[in-house]
Amino acid sequence: MSEIIYKPGREPHPRETRRIFRNIDRKGYDPSIKCFIKDGGYETLKKAMEMEPAAVTEEVKKSGLRGRGGAGFPTGVKWTFIPKGNTKPVYVVCNCDESEPGTFKDRFVVHQDPHQLIEGMIIACYAVQAHFGVIYMREEFPEAAKIMQKALKEAEEAGFLGENILGKGYDLKIILHRGAGAYICGEETGLINSIEGLRPYPRIKPPFFPAAIGLYGCPTIVNNVESLCQVRQVLMRGGEAYAAEGAQRSPGTRIIGVSGDVKRPGYYEIISGSMTFGELLYDVCGGPRRGRKFKAIIPGGASAKVMRCDEVLKGRNSDGSVKQLSIFDVPLDLDSIAQHGSMSGSGGIIVMDDSRSMPKVLNNINRFYAWESCGQCSPCREGNPWMLKLSTRICEGKASPEDVDLLKSVADNICGRTVCAFGEACSWPTQAFTTKFREEFLALTKPINALKPHSAEAKEARKFLTRED
Amino acid sequence: MSTPPAILPKDAAAAEGKVNVQINGKWYRFPKGTRIADACNSVGAHVPCFCYHPKLSIAGSCRMCLVEQGMPPRQAPGTTPQYGDDGYLPISWMPRAVIACANTVAENMGIRTTSKLTEEARRGVLEFLLSNHPLDCPICDQAGECKLQEYTTDYGSGTHRFTEEKTKKGKNLSIGPRVNLDQERCVLCRRCVRFMKEIAGQDVLGVVGRGTHNAIACYPGTQLDSNYSMNVVDICPVGAMTSKDFRFKMRVWFLKSTPTIDVNCGTGTNINIWTREQQVYRITPRQNDAVNSCWMPDDHRLNYKFINGPQRITTPLVKTDAGAQQRPSTWDATLGMVVEQLHRMAPSETALICSARMTNEELYMVRALSKQLGITKMDIVPRKGESDGMLVSEDRNPNSNGAKLILGKTGAGLANIRRGVRNNTIRFMIVLGEDLTEEAGFTAEDLAGLEYLLVVHHSENATTKAADVVLPGVTFAEKYGTMINVTGRIQRLNKAIEPIGDSRSDWEICRNLSEGLGCDCVRVIACPTPMSVLDEMAQEFEPLEGITWGNIGNEGKVIMETGVTIPLIEREKAKK
Repeated sequence: MSEIIYKPGREPHPRETRRIFRNIDRKGYDPSIKCFIKDGGYETLKKAMEMEPAAVTEEVKKSGLRGRGGAGFPTGVKWTFIPKGNTKPVYVVCNCDESEPGTFKDRFVVHQDPHQLIEGMIIACYAVQAHFGVIYMREEFPEAAKIMQKALKEAEEAGFLGENILGKGYDLKIILHRGAGAYICGEETGLINSIEGLRPYPRIKPPFFPAAIGLYGCPTIVNNVESLCQVRQVLMRGGEAYAAEGAQRSPGTRIIGVSGDVKRPGYYEIISGSMTFGELLYDVCGGPRRGRKFKAIIPGGASAKVMRCDEVLKGRNSDGSVKQLSIFDVPLDLDSIAQHGSMSGSGGIIVMDDSRSMPKVLNNINRFYAWESCGQCSPCREGNPWMLKLSTRICEGKASPEDVDLLKSVADNICGRTVCAFGEACSWPTQAFTTKFREEFLALTKPINALKPHSAEAKEARKFLTRED
Repeated sequence: MSTPPAILPKDAAAAEGKVNVQINGKWYRFPKGTRIADACNSVGAHVPCFCYHPKLSIAGSCRMCLVEQGMPPRQAPGTTPQYGDDGYLPISWMPRAVIACANTVAENMGIRTTSKLTEEARRGVLEFLLSNHPLDCPICDQAGECKLQEYTTDYGSGTHRFTEEKTKKGKNLSIGPRVNLDQERCVLCRRCVRFMKEIAGQDVLGVVGRGTHNAIACYPGTQLDSNYSMNVVDICPVGAMTSKDFRFKMRVWFLKSTPTIDVNCGTGTNINIWTREQQVYRITPRQNDAVNSCWMPDDHRLNYKFINGPQRITTPLVKTDAGAQQRPSTWDATLGMVVEQLHRMAPSETALICSARMTNEELYMVRALSKQLGITKMDIVPRKGESDGMLVSEDRNPNSNGAKLILGKTGAGLANIRRGVRNNTIRFMIVLGEDLTEEAGFTAEDLAGLEYLLVVHHSENATTKAADVVLPGVTFAEKYGTMINVTGRIQRLNKAIEPIGDSRSDWEICRNLSEGLGCDCVRVIACPTPMSVLDEMAQEFEPLEGITWGNIGNEGKVIMETGVTIPLIEREKAKK
């Protein structure tokens, strides 16, 4: 392989390890199959198809690869959830509905290196013996849809898709399905309903675990774009070699998207756990903007719980003694972040400096979730607009201190009571913001009677309830 | 050291195909596959539900049925389970509540319906449902039978904390000829959507909008006009779907409901008649899984207006001179006149037409009367239509099987009687419960040519107008009796209101006429009630052996094999 030269000004940071993003911003690289094959593309597929399907799954299990969509579920284990003795067709769906605010990783793969995804997906399909795959692409990627469509055609013409792939008697068809612009379609069962042409209401689990009852009632494996690309890496390197690299329980590389108040926001592919938040934000991203200080970090997309930069966290030394640390000392891997009360999610890190008003940030997040709630189940449908109205009122200075507690209480009533994980996604920000930055919220309130009606409509109605004597 | 019993409860239960479940601290046994909600409700631990309906697919979206659930901790490999003194494993409770409608019971499962976790979940969900609800109970038809209202009193917090502006949606929308929709009252349980898709087979309802703007609507260009559309009003747990017919007519708590059956076709759909002060306000289906499940067709449901209609005949009417107007009379005078006339009529020149819309008891008394008179020309009016493949039977008479059982072969004599009337060999006619000018094929001239026409009917029609004497009968809502439906099931009619005016039930009229004619059979003339008529019949007819009013019950009893099935019920069975 020739030496990789990146476009000027787009060179990766020296501390990065480019695997999935190897060809992103690469000079002279285009999304065509020619370019991909020249770079060693589809060699891994050939290697994988020499193996038994079960051996491929075993390799992925051995690698310890964890899903990159946000929940971090072990990919290989997910594949084994297809019921034993299944006689129905198996489907593989690639979740390319990257819509978590603050996340921007899959978009570069599908725009610049689509064949990488296709190869990974063929391997996954082969492993679970699926003969039909769907790439579910969000509506906001019109250009990528064209690129992907073309890439799928190229792959078919080259014999990597279609009938009798590589002469191994294995058939596979992959189609591209476009979303219509809804966040909830990123939820795997909502996504399946969307493919079926239904409203993307997430399904109840149990019984609708996709690996057992998924697309059209058949076992379905739903994997994120990055996860499928990682599958290719696993097969390329071998499961054990893959598992040896990075954090013990979440190996491999991770693509981190840093946005917000840092000098150099962008995407960085690093070995999981190989650096801390401090190293990432100060060394790689260049630290806070001039004259500013870091104030808060959302470590894994808008739904992850916010972390205060001056928060004192408790960790353990290797000898078991308790040590105090700050968010900047926490290594960037799934478990370390989860241990300190947030989540690594989809890898979208949102950084806020001291110029930001936290109630306004929360209000912005709440507006997003209130708009994106699918409306299927009561707590989420009614709770989100309520949280939005409360946080708006707080920002406008029309709230009383009690309203801050009310806001938190509304979030508590949503969390854990909904059909899908959207309930947690929408309530965690509110819970974390109102707890960790309570003083900022209170500062915007005025001690007014909490029971006083706030809307013009309510005021009008109240007229008839108050006695004037 | 604990000593578990020799036979563990789990093995004892498994032998019966059951599992042990602890509900609020007490152990119960349920068949495998029982839904948690059903299990709890069956032992009195109430679980509130909006979206769950046993006849529809599970939506699991209202989140009202959240309960605290626990299971024994997962056994570490290589260890043996430690059973307690009672033979059960300890339960470790889950921090998250689960929905009771979608989940089924499992061995050694624990459920708490009154714990803090459960109560907080319910209170939270109710607060959300009420936050954008218009709270217009005082003008809402559903008030009094509204699940949202009931659960709010049972599990709600009493005050509300929502002081923001509410989401505005469509109100008083006409979504079909018989149903109105208020989107603001809706809790989006989607029972109506699922009913129309899964049961009615007319997939016109759906949800539009996103988030808080979710609303039920009809697919563009369609409307909710299925003959089963009004069932969505019944299954709507709140006041979102309302019946145009019943809107603003009466508060439901003033209504009395009487369980009875529908008489519009041979299916004998089980219904409730809702009445107040001798006035019928509405009819709703009553669950009977062997007859109509939980549903009924709209046209049958709305066919009740005649009960309190202006066409009702409330006193006996007599025509004293040919060509004169009918005038009201009293029962005593009229019966005397009729008996006198019946004595004069030659049985060979007399025909009797009765109805398969009459109860078994009435038909039995008609038969006694015909025997007393010696009439041989006798028949019912058959009614055939098309089955709708659901609940409406092709037999539009509700009691054809009863008529066949009591009167023998039916339907063949009608043409002969018609011929007899036209060639003047039949000069006298007794008609009960039928309008001959409709389905029986008689013309007004045929009736005018008769020498004497005695009609028993509840409402005015062309036949009663032509009659020499009209005796006021009662409708199905005003009498007790039994009928046998197309599948051979005997079912009870209950009296919902008292007979209107001076009207009397047909069995009573026939009994009195027989008595007047000198019938000496004590078993006929001494019958005080329709229940005792049924006892008499039970002695005489083999299929009715052992049948009493009491043991028929509200769900009826199969007494004969007919080979006929109800399509909707067959589909429901096949689904299971």
